Amino acid sequence: MSAYKTNNKMVGWIEERLPIFSMLQHSAVEYPTPKNLNYWWNFGSLAGFMLVVMILTGVFLAMNYTPHTTMAFNSVERIMRDVNYGWLLRYLHMNGASMFFVLVYTHMFRGLYYGSYKAPRELLWWVGVVIFLAMMATAFMGYVLPWGQMSFWGATVITNLFSAFPVVGQYIVTWLWGGFSVDNPTLNRFFSLHYLLPFVIFALVFIHLWALHTVKSNNPLGIDVKSPQDTIPFHPYFTIKDLFGIGVFMMVYLAFVFYAPNFFGEPDNYIPANPMVTPPHIVPEWYFLPFYAILRAVPNKLGGVLMMFGAIVVLLFLPWLDTSKVRSGRFRPIFKQAFLLFIIDCVVLGYVGSQPPADTITLIGRIATAYYFFHFLILLPLLGKIEKPKPLPASISAPVLRGGGMAAGATAKPMEKA
Amino acid sequence: MQKLIRNVLAAALVAGAAPAALANEGGPELMKPGFSFDGVFGRYDPAALKRGFQVFHEICSNCHSLSLVAYRNLAAIGLTEDEIKAVAAEREIQAGPNDEGQMFNRPGRPSDHYIPPFPNEKAAAVANGGAAPPDLSLMAKARHGGPNYIYSLMLGFEDTPPDGVHIPDGKFYNKFFPGNAISMPPPIQDDAVTYADGTKATKAQIAHDVATFLNWAAEPELDARKSLGLKVLGFLAVLTALFYALKRQIWKNVH
Amino acid sequence: MADSASHAQPASTDGQTRRDFLLYATTAVGVVGTGLALWPFVHSMNPAADTLALSTTDVDFSAVQVGQAITVVWRGKPVFIRHRTPEEIAQARKDDSADLRDPQKDADRVKKPEWLVLIGVCTHLGCVPLGQKPSDPKGEFGGWFCPCHGSQYDTSGRIRKGPAPLNLEVPPYAFTSDTTIRIG
Repeated sequence: MSAYKTNNKMVGWIEERLPIFSMLQHSAVEYPTPKNLNYWWNFGSLAGFMLVVMILTGVFLAMNYTPHTTMAFNSVERIMRDVNYGWLLRYLHMNGASMFFVLVYTHMFRGLYYGSYKAPRELLWWVGVVIFLAMMATAFMGYVLPWGQMSFWGATVITNLFSAFPVVGQYIVTWLWGGFSVDNPTLNRFFSLHYLLPFVIFALVFIHLWALHTVKSNNPLGIDVKSPQDTIPFHPYFTIKDLFGIGVFMMVYLAFVFYAPNFFGEPDNYIPANPMVTPPHIVPEWYFLPFYAILRAVPNKLGGVLMMFGAIVVLLFLPWLDTSKVRSGRFRPIFKQAFLLFIIDCVVLGYVGSQPPADTITLIGRIATAYYFFHFLILLPLLGKIEKPKPLPASISAPVLRGGGMAAGATAKPMEKA
Repeated sequence: MQKLIRNVLAAALVAGAAPAALANEGGPELMKPGFSFDGVFGRYDPAALKRGFQVFHEICSNCHSLSLVAYRNLAAIGLTEDEIKAVAAEREIQAGPNDEGQMFNRPGRPSDHYIPPFPNEKAAAVANGGAAPPDLSLMAKARHGGPNYIYSLMLGFEDTPPDGVHIPDGKFYNKFFPGNAISMPPPIQDDAVTYADGTKATKAQIAHDVATFLNWAAEPELDARKSLGLKVLGFLAVLTALFYALKRQIWKNVH
Repeated sequence: MADSASHAQPASTDGQTRRDFLLYATTAVGVVGTGLALWPFVHSMNPAADTLALSTTDVDFSAVQVGQAITVVWRGKPVFIRHRTPEEIAQARKDDSADLRDPQKDADRVKKPEWLVLIGVCTHLGCVPLGQKPSDPKGEFGGWFCPCHGSQYDTSGRIRKGPAPLNLEVPPYAFTSDTTIRIG
């Protein structure tokens, strides 16, 4: 950490007592960042930005929301109709949830492609997986709050997952509900936790950043920083690049908010919750669909639940399941194909999750589920052993110095063009 | 072995029936008459809103509630304050208790929400052959297709169901209603209303107007939302262009 | 490279000016945009449309005898309606010339002298003064007495003693008939 110098007396006074300026200087200004980061590296900061937007809109929505079964639905509609700019806040929050997942999924796939989970970034990756889990819990509970038909039945189905556990299952579910069905106590606790968890995520993001700044950023070449020539300071280079990313992202996000605000939603959630009538076709929000498909792929209740949780748990073992010494997928010809197949598999799972259960769909779902685990548990460990990676460049500054690196450098060029 | 064959046959039957069941769930493709509020630049047509309100008020509101819309909201579709007061006062709402501890009825006020035709859902169900007419406030958002669904449903009634479709007594055939057997009798015909603005009240015109009105009831913020969206996105385009230019400048010498 | 930008500086002052201009323009637009984006959040805390719509209350005061008072709710606040006795009216008029902290004539505070309509919120820190019920203390001036910090109001609701700075506020109201008024 370089010594922080200032001529400003007040800044100096604070700095002596709380070294906040040197911390900012160190981690947000000087932070040496690989200069070859491409635009896929924007998605981390975008996700952080989105978290702030969600907390901000959420806090203001909570000022007008009533967590009671008889009033929740109408209080949301009052926000939409009577509260000044209430419709804007609510649509920002509602579409923001979907956008948050778009960003985080992209961020995760970027990490998967460039091997950002490999040593020494295993803990960084783990914290990320925990953030993802916390996000899913938060999103699920938030979806319950408007107390529409999908809210209610989504809550019923998902909480019932826990009934799959032998002996204690039903007790857990009753405990989660605070009663014998999803009802007012459930809504109240979900509201409480939905308000709490984003701040937990915020803290986790700090740990995520702490780990990042300890091991430093990965880069599209996946090779370590060798000299100061390879890096540039975070500010102004990446502050402006991130801001540009935020600008582009905001246009996409707000286009949905203003012109297709219910694109990601289900019409059924504009029908007030009715515990006596299940909608004919219930689906979770799109970001849960692949996991929902895995759940349904297994004919055994407990098996399905375990597989679904397993699909996320497997991510924790990824740093050791991927045996390749090379980080970046750019130098791994077979992995590249496998990665593409894996993305297709996730999309197929998502599609299957959105369809009503039918035999062909279930069959496709089973194959896709099997492939999901095959990719992590068999393909990745095997690939590291059998695949012959392309030669790596000597350094970030000189990716084309060695003859063999030529091709890699050429393919790298368009991606790096900032 | 016999069991296996039976299972295979059953599976084949289910597989064959599945697409049919799915098609049935989706129903025939909805009519898309086109609305003034479609698209980025689309806005509500004030005249259509007023006509649609007349249809709702004279026909739909006899059975359906509109609980999320307050009378005062009707100012947004061009009713004057006096007209709003008159509409609100047409029905009575329970109030109280008064100083004697009794509940009493008073005429509706502009601040009241549209007073429902039945005191509660049970009463609505009893008066309508067991099926309570749903609230229409959010109908345009709560069905796939929104206003197109409402328009299609209005025009989807047929006196004689197609061969092989059995409609129970007291129900009506509607080709756009999921399951086809709807409890609501055909609500509109040509000239079911006499429009104040002289528009010819064909069945299709009435359906179009009431779909417009119900979309407004569900999304009263639409005009404000779309106008604000243009300004915000325009502003963001400028800001993002500036960010990009500055980024190019700053990164100019990084190789 | 970290220092490549500083290398470029002496070579091209033009580029530097352009970069400065871009920086200032972007900062200015960004700051304005952030400011505008905050407005919906701030404005969402202002009274909502339904709250504003509930701003009138109709009151039937036919049962209020001379010397009695009723309290009704308007905008979530108590409104005092007092049927004043001739003595109270006379006292209030007499005090027009007294040493008043917030000078106002009684005639300016009523539409019909026998009916005094006031917002029942002490102008000090918002408590509800006593004096509506026959058993309540009415203070030295026969009007209202605020139990929180001892402000005392006279029979026209004017502040006479204690920490409150202003007279009890008169809400907007109109007589809609001989026995009813509409507040708001």
